[in-house]
Amino acid sequence: MNATLFAIQLVNGLQFGMMLFLFAAGLTLVFGIMDVVNLSHASFFMVGAYAGSALAKATGSFWMALPLALVVTALVALLVEAVVMRRLYRLNHLDHVLATFGLILMFDAGFLWWFGPDGLQINLPTALRGRTSLGFVDIPTYRLLFIGIGLVVALGLSLLIARTRLGMLVRAAASDRQTAELMGIEPKRVFMIVFVLGSMLAGLAGMLLTGITEASVGMGEEVIIVAFVVIVIGGIGSLKGAFIASLIVGLIDTFGRTYLGDVFRLVMQPAIADGAAPAVASMLTYLTMALVLALKPQGLFPPVTR
Amino acid sequence: MKRQVWITLALLALLAVFPLLTAATGQPFLRDVANRVMILGLAAVSLNFILGYGGLVSFGHAAFIGLGGYAVGILASHGVTAGPAQLAAAVTLSAIFAGVTGLLALKTRGVHFIMITMAFAQMAYYGLRALKAYGGDDGLPIRRRSDFGLFTLADGLTLYYVSFAALALGMLLVHRLSGSRFGLVLAAARDNERRVIASGLDPFRFQLAAYVIAGAMAGVGGFLLANFAGFISPAVGDWTRSAQLMFMVILGGAATLAGPLIGAVVYLALEEILSRFTTYWQFFFGAILLGYVLLLRGGIWREVMDRLSPRKRAA
Repeated sequence: MNATLFAIQLVNGLQFGMMLFLFAAGLTLVFGIMDVVNLSHASFFMVGAYAGSALAKATGSFWMALPLALVVTALVALLVEAVVMRRLYRLNHLDHVLATFGLILMFDAGFLWWFGPDGLQINLPTALRGRTSLGFVDIPTYRLLFIGIGLVVALGLSLLIARTRLGMLVRAAASDRQTAELMGIEPKRVFMIVFVLGSMLAGLAGMLLTGITEASVGMGEEVIIVAFVVIVIGGIGSLKGAFIASLIVGLIDTFGRTYLGDVFRLVMQPAIADGAAPAVASMLTYLTMALVLALKPQGLFPPVTR
Repeated sequence: MKRQVWITLALLALLAVFPLLTAATGQPFLRDVANRVMILGLAAVSLNFILGYGGLVSFGHAAFIGLGGYAVGILASHGVTAGPAQLAAAVTLSAIFAGVTGLLALKTRGVHFIMITMAFAQMAYYGLRALKAYGGDDGLPIRRRSDFGLFTLADGLTLYYVSFAALALGMLLVHRLSGSRFGLVLAAARDNERRVIASGLDPFRFQLAAYVIAGAMAGVGGFLLANFAGFISPAVGDWTRSAQLMFMVILGGAATLAGPLIGAVVYLALEEILSRFTTYWQFFFGAILLGYVLLLRGGIWREVMDRLSPRKRAA
């Protein structure tokens, strides 16, 4: 096995995992705390990506665009929360699915109309375009930054939930909404903050991904399914679960695509192995989910119920 | 219930004579639209069986259509054009997929179930995309349609009436099943699972059977769709297609006999009309969906009506 290739794939897998975590963190909080199925999370991913690349073009600076894009995403999320989400809380899951799918269609068609069918790229600063040496191997700097931001967000979120007053309210509202209300917590405000925060994380993930690929209409729709897999594996509502499952899925997917062909060649004829490997590799994350479900239907870190 | 039967029979009668009308008015393309309505209607009818009667919000129904379609495409590409063999393969493949994924998904409820059915459907989608030998991403043209000996599906009118028969049989099956003991247990589990368990029944087995039946029916839809389009691609099984099917069921009325078919008619008619006015028709589609949930389900409509007639509110 080639050590350089392995190291590069490891970084790629971790970076993919971090993106999944940024995406899934908001989603799992919204699921776990509000019990709302929010498909439009995929749209906020796209909003962040487009806002990031458009603002980077307008301001000429990646570093300026990053916070501005988050503000834009937050504003859009506030609007959507006020107009739509607030009314969905008391409806059933089917209604959530239909309404937020409607939102996706509106966002997609709107962005197609506004930005056209071509993707939008982002100009990275020169410092981020190069590679950083880790001794024996050179890694694209941007991917390292991506992983770094993911780690910082993960740490920040866990502190926010575990140590702050807001985090306490979130945990209270999540574990027992009625009691929390009786204790004088206003779940509506907590929900709003969680929703906007979660959407900003999706926007951040979208914008960061734009530095590797590009912003395109419907870009979030493939990611959201993988994020569902992450949430199912990690356990609904668990940030720790989402973090660990994101890394598992990111690494399995990346390594599967690179090495599954070699593994298959050990046990079958090369022609068959080359045909089967890509198919199985693209299904590997879902097979992992199936395995976890068979063993632990509630996920690795199930929500604590009393 | 009686009214539903009459509406259904009227709709089916209209569909039965529809080719005569389109031929008479010189609008043959409308027959194709109606054919698509019937094929997707069959899929919606099957989804309604688990979603409406069973209360299982399955979000991966389009995968069965994709699998059914690929059964036709793959066999045809190897020269097997015998209709019965293709149909059997389509039904078997989608039923097995439903059985295996249902076994895992039905252990869960609520949000879990929605996400898991969606994820398994996406797995099928990626699996189909990775079939490089069968067109991969681009899909697979089907040069020779299914051959049933006495007739082939290459002829548009024949395909129309075969689709009609499949739809009518599908609706009859769901109608009979939903009124049977099996269907009653299914509906009872939807309304209160605990009581069903307390009555000594295992809802899981009933739900799994329903899931497999619905999957196999959608597989027949895929078989028809592949013959209709002469082409099958992974996009047929994409999750947004599953959402469309769900939309049809809800739009027409879940857990009703005629509902899914009416939903399919309205959905495809809207698509035909809106897409003529603007490339961005999906925006309005989304707005309709959102409006439906917020206004009707979210109670805004009721609030407005209450304000307009304050006396009613007091009552």
